Amino acid sequence: MGVFASLGERLNHIFSKLTKRGKLTELEIKQAMREIRVALLEADVNYAVAKDFIQKVTDKAIGEKILESLTPGQQVVKIVHEQLIELMGSTNAKLAVAPNPPTVIMMCGLQGAGKTTMCGKLAYMLKKQGKKPLLVACDIYRPAAIQQLKVVAQNAGVEFFEKGTISPVKIASEGVAHAKKMGYDTVILDTAGRLHINEELMQELQQIQKTVAPHEILLTVDAMTGQDAVNVAQSFDEKLNITGVILTKLDGDTRGGAALSIKAVTGKPIKFSGIGEKVGDLEPFYPDRMASRILGMGDVLTLIEKAQQAVDEKEMKKMEEKLRKNAFTLEDFLTQFEQIGKMGNLADLVAMIPGASKLKMGSIDEKQIVRYKAIIQSMTIAERQNPDIIKYSQRKRVAQGSGTTIQEVNQLLKQYEQSKLMMKNLNNHKLGRMLMGRKMPF
Amino acid sequence: MGFFSKILEGLKKTKQAFQNKIKYIFTKNEIDANFYEELEAILLSSDVGHTATDRILEELKQQVKQKKLKNAEETKNVLKDIMVSLLEENELAPFTYPCILMVVGVNGVGKTTTIGKLAAQFTKQKKNVVIAAGDTFRAAASEQLAVWADRSKVKIVKNSAGADAGAVVFDAIQSAKAKQADVVIVDTAGRLHNKSNLMEELKKIDRIIQREYPQASYHKLIVLDATTGQNALEQVEVFDEAIGLTDIVITKLDGTAKGGVLLSLAAEYTLPVRAVGVGEGVEDLIPFSAKDFVDSIF
Repeated sequence: MGVFASLGERLNHIFSKLTKRGKLTELEIKQAMREIRVALLEADVNYAVAKDFIQKVTDKAIGEKILESLTPGQQVVKIVHEQLIELMGSTNAKLAVAPNPPTVIMMCGLQGAGKTTMCGKLAYMLKKQGKKPLLVACDIYRPAAIQQLKVVAQNAGVEFFEKGTISPVKIASEGVAHAKKMGYDTVILDTAGRLHINEELMQELQQIQKTVAPHEILLTVDAMTGQDAVNVAQSFDEKLNITGVILTKLDGDTRGGAALSIKAVTGKPIKFSGIGEKVGDLEPFYPDRMASRILGMGDVLTLIEKAQQAVDEKEMKKMEEKLRKNAFTLEDFLTQFEQIGKMGNLADLVAMIPGASKLKMGSIDEKQIVRYKAIIQSMTIAERQNPDIIKYSQRKRVAQGSGTTIQEVNQLLKQYEQSKLMMKNLNNHKLGRMLMGRKMPF
Repeated sequence: MGFFSKILEGLKKTKQAFQNKIKYIFTKNEIDANFYEELEAILLSSDVGHTATDRILEELKQQVKQKKLKNAEETKNVLKDIMVSLLEENELAPFTYPCILMVVGVNGVGKTTTIGKLAAQFTKQKKNVVIAAGDTFRAAASEQLAVWADRSKVKIVKNSAGADAGAVVFDAIQSAKAKQADVVIVDTAGRLHNKSNLMEELKKIDRIIQREYPQASYHKLIVLDATTGQNALEQVEVFDEAIGLTDIVITKLDGTAKGGVLLSLAAEYTLPVRAVGVGEGVEDLIPFSAKDFVDSIF
């Protein structure tokens, strides 16, 4: 299953016998849909949902005119892609706001979906928006769950409320009362993970719902969930009438077909997705990106966005200026290294492309960057700006000061000279373009 | 009997509601395209995956032809046998003592809970257990593990949050040697398998164990969540490449997920399944039985 043998390519193979352009015929569409079905199943879209979806797309595609600019394969992918986006709904990352605060948000989901982590992320986001959220610990079952929420709250810089292991219904109502009294405008209830078929625990959630009347009931779902996603989502929705869904662990390389399944069976919007382990790693749900992912086309948009973030444009402009004046010093060399260091995150991001984890990324050795940094920082300002003055005794001193060896210092200086030479040879125009990141290496 | 009898007590009714729709298929008589299509639906909806499903059905069709089977009822056992033999290809190495178990997996699959159950079960067999709280990353992970350790009165070696996991494992091994413990269980931080730096940390722990405790039999267990779909394949592949896995533990089989991805895995890897998690109680970790597992799908 090569990632780069994309769905489009595979489909083109089907259409390769097609000589004359024109309308897509029923037979060709059928063959193509078989490929699409496999793609959806490999992405963990529920088989019934996939079947339904294929039917809809087939109806739509038959008789569709092939656009001049596209190959038949691309054309089909385009139709499928559009339909996926349509099905997964528009971006709707807004949380309900209660007319009379506090707004109450109840989190729910299976064990290990990532509820507690997500509570912290939501609280952090709300805080950044100028709100005053309160995290309430209603998971009295899992060992140390309360402690975990407490740490999560600290990391997010928000307040935390607990009542030990008394009844979760009571904790919820006391938490909301506490928020009212103390002027918190949003309450986030962290509930215990539970199976959707555990009637007793589902009743507990219904009790909380009855008691505190949450404005949002958000189902947290692991993006790696397989076929069972429909059963889980349907059960939670039937019992609680959820208001939305949060997908977690989208920083993995899963294709996340669960998103489509859940939307198809509940009709409820997917509001956010968790994209990392840090408290700020939360973003609105983008149906278009999800559609690309499900089709195995990778989340290329996010990738490009992050790449642009990693390359600091201002820094690059400055560098360009310096190079033009041929004033590229060791300090600049260091800055450049740090930029590459930031691109290390990029390697992680590339791994988000489904299947890309199998590819060996030429990873940048972060330790090496730290050593180089130490070497350069052990030099005097004069030495950094004019490396020519660094002779043997200086090298010895620098090596000692940075805890490295003379060989390493030599190596660094050699690399510096090489890059300087290389950059001189590049003409300014080309270099500028390259540095501005307009021409990405992939 | 059978390992699902226990969970079925509590969750029988609700769980059955999900299963009823597939029960009737073998009661129909004819073996036709429709029949195979319905079988395919069952396998796919159990997360067996597209490739493995195709393989299983191909094999079934062949055997139906060979054995000249005429009605659907007869195919049921043939199909089950195909699936069971696929799962039983890989044999489990029994525990010999002293042993060390490293438990790995992505976030939220139930590593800590599994370790708690393992510790309790070893203790019950009068084994002396040391737990290494190697998850120094997730908030309150070692506290969660400490609660489990306390329940079965087992020694736990931990360090403050953010500390080096390798150091914790090192200390635990020294402690186990000094106390002549039978079993060391190493918890590790949940990590998405595409985070290369975290995988490096795991390799380091692996090296420490091999260097410091060569006399112990060494098991590397990957914990998989039964709810997970085809991504489990990628998980196994990447962890296996990093440290070389020996066993699988599959958790959360008490829900409505079938964990059919084990069949996808069996088709591609030679990893045996050691145990199955079916609940939150200490005793809810039971030895894997391919037969019971396949029965639960149909």
